[in-house]
Amino acid sequence: MAGELYRKPIMFAVVATVVILIGTIVTMFYPMFTEGMHPKLENLKPYTALQLAGKDIYMREGCNNCHTQTVRPLKTEVMRYGEYSKAGEFAFDRPFLWGSKRTGPDLARIGGKYPDAWHYQHFEYPQAFFAQSNMPKYGWLKDRKLDPADIESHMKVNGFPYTAEDIGALAAKSELDALVAYMQVIGTAVKKSAPPVTAVAPEEKNPLEGDEKAHKRGEEVYKQNCEACHGDDGKGGIGPSLTDASWLNIAGDISDGRIYEIIANGTPSGMPPYANQLDKDKIWSLVSYIRHIQHKDK
Amino acid sequence: MRDYQYDHQTVKGFIVSSIFWGVVGIVVGLWISIQLWKPELNIPPFFTYGRLRVVHTNGLAFGLGIGAIFGISYYIMMRLVKRPLLFPKLARFHLYLFNAAIALAALSLFAGMNQSLEYAELEWPLDIGVVILWVIFAINIFGTIIKRKEEQMYISLWYIIATVIAVAVLYIVNNLAVPAGLTKSYSVFAGVNSANVQWWYGHNAVGFVFTTPILAMFYYFLPKSTGLPIYSHRLSIIAFWSLVFAYLWTGAHHLVYTPLPDWIQTLGIVFTLFLIAPSWGSVVNGYYTVGADWNKMQTNYLTKFFIVGITFYGLQTVQGPTQAIRVVSQLIHYTDWVPGHVHMGTMGWVTMTTAASIYYIIPKIYNTDIYSIKVANTHFWLVLIGQLMFSITMWITGIQQGALWKATNADGSLKYTFMEGLAKNYPYWQLRTVAGVIFTVGMLFFIYNIYMTIRKGKALAALRA
Repeated sequence: MAGELYRKPIMFAVVATVVILIGTIVTMFYPMFTEGMHPKLENLKPYTALQLAGKDIYMREGCNNCHTQTVRPLKTEVMRYGEYSKAGEFAFDRPFLWGSKRTGPDLARIGGKYPDAWHYQHFEYPQAFFAQSNMPKYGWLKDRKLDPADIESHMKVNGFPYTAEDIGALAAKSELDALVAYMQVIGTAVKKSAPPVTAVAPEEKNPLEGDEKAHKRGEEVYKQNCEACHGDDGKGGIGPSLTDASWLNIAGDISDGRIYEIIANGTPSGMPPYANQLDKDKIWSLVSYIRHIQHKDK
Repeated sequence: MRDYQYDHQTVKGFIVSSIFWGVVGIVVGLWISIQLWKPELNIPPFFTYGRLRVVHTNGLAFGLGIGAIFGISYYIMMRLVKRPLLFPKLARFHLYLFNAAIALAALSLFAGMNQSLEYAELEWPLDIGVVILWVIFAINIFGTIIKRKEEQMYISLWYIIATVIAVAVLYIVNNLAVPAGLTKSYSVFAGVNSANVQWWYGHNAVGFVFTTPILAMFYYFLPKSTGLPIYSHRLSIIAFWSLVFAYLWTGAHHLVYTPLPDWIQTLGIVFTLFLIAPSWGSVVNGYYTVGADWNKMQTNYLTKFFIVGITFYGLQTVQGPTQAIRVVSQLIHYTDWVPGHVHMGTMGWVTMTTAASIYYIIPKIYNTDIYSIKVANTHFWLVLIGQLMFSITMWITGIQQGALWKATNADGSLKYTFMEGLAKNYPYWQLRTVAGVIFTVGMLFFIYNIYMTIRKGKALAALRA
């Protein structure tokens, strides 16, 4: 009699346990013993001592409450952040740090996207880069020293290889150094996706030339996307000055088409590509703005 | 007789403690809601958003939620088995240990000791404490039920038993870790596998903390306060078994479009859709119960708490499965839609039902009536308005965020930078803080009412003595 079950608490508990365990076994326990759950990319390297210290700080400060670390295989998401996340990228993350909310942007491809200097300054004062950012300041981490003995024990628990020099070198580092080192390694086991194709001929002229308002529009775009690195009026900062001769005359006078290409595709020396973020009109308006400040300077 | 009195002290202790931790959790919630639009309110190192958010979630899920569940489950069980707790002194120790654990948990989270597993942030020494707490709870629940004086186990007891079993399995497995010192550990699970274990846990924390014990309260206190028997015993049997069966399959809907193997995602989505049925089994059972006499909505002040509460449970369990579907997930996942969803469940269903249960219990314990039905009604309307405003603003801004992230220009380039999308959240985030304040004021009315009822009860007891 099924009705009996509700008079027998022990029997009831046993049946309830079995019922609860079925889904548990199929979706959680069984997969653990399949290869698909333990993938590892060939070129994925264990974290160095400094990087692991940075990851520990990332966990301590709860960065994963606002930042995800997984790019979904969706067109616009790949355009915004880079290659979609691969299963084999996370073998050394105990636990995973994919997060569940993007109050800030995804960080799965942040490694190598900006130079170190960008990160140091951004952690110090995020609003200097993005006036409307709501990220807390983390400059205080630079006043806190790392504890090499602690980090060594963490390396051991994770089974990551290290040398005595690696550990010794930590004593001179701050928590901010570690966090930046971690930022720069996130997602680097996957090759960057090829820069988007820009169909602009180097000799092409700016179609907005003569448009008096173009440089004004360009200035708006510049303030949002470029100013943080290239400074007020292109005077330079983390990135090079956009008004001095050494840049404008790299190989003779730089052409409009060449400036367009640099903005669209980025450079190997640390400038990220913007072809996915800015449409043609915005990029050309930036070219107009750069020409404008260049002439203003003279 | 003495024993009964003793047990009530423990029940009351848990209720008062849970309200205290609830206040802490809600205040921190207001604080972080302001931090989102006013980053100057981040005060490093202890009070940045990244640390405070976990104090908010843990404070409310474990402090308010689990605390109330311990106390109210003890109360319900004693009534249903018609005898006092088998181990009253152990229950008293349970109460003290609970408060010590929650206090230490809050301090450790302020200090940044964090496993980075959502709703399982506490580091390993506290995990052990939580397991001990749970074992004590289980001993008293099972012991008392086995030694019961009433043969038939009522629905609420089924839900309490399922809660005790499931939470034990979930909590222990997801927190398995290798210690690296007293305040740090590394999960035994890595990468994709750890994601799968975490969300099997994470979603079932919702299932077996925010659902089954709350349903136990609902099935007990709704008939008690209305005097109407549960509409269908058969429906409650079907709903119970299909709910506890299906819940464990659904965690992967949190990982749609991640590198988790596709078949686990799909299975998770399918079972999530199935879960509408058992959830609505309880919703329908509740509606038809009061359907025998809808006048109760007016004549008994608690009825509306339960009926509106179960309505939000019903909405939650339709919205949730909708979100699990891939095409919806890709728009709203990672946006503010999700906190909007969660808070409908926690503020609308869990807090509403728990508060009504406490309104029922406290006067019973003190052998008196509630201090003021008017204050209770004010509490009801304020938390209802606050919660609706919270959820609706977050749904709007969530859909907007998702749409801005996806928007492209004619040439295929992205239309908005991330920052342009973020800036558009500000007015909604500010409105959400207003909503939170309204909800908090409502809760203050609740606390005042409970406090005054206790005072009244004590005064009466003094008179009688």
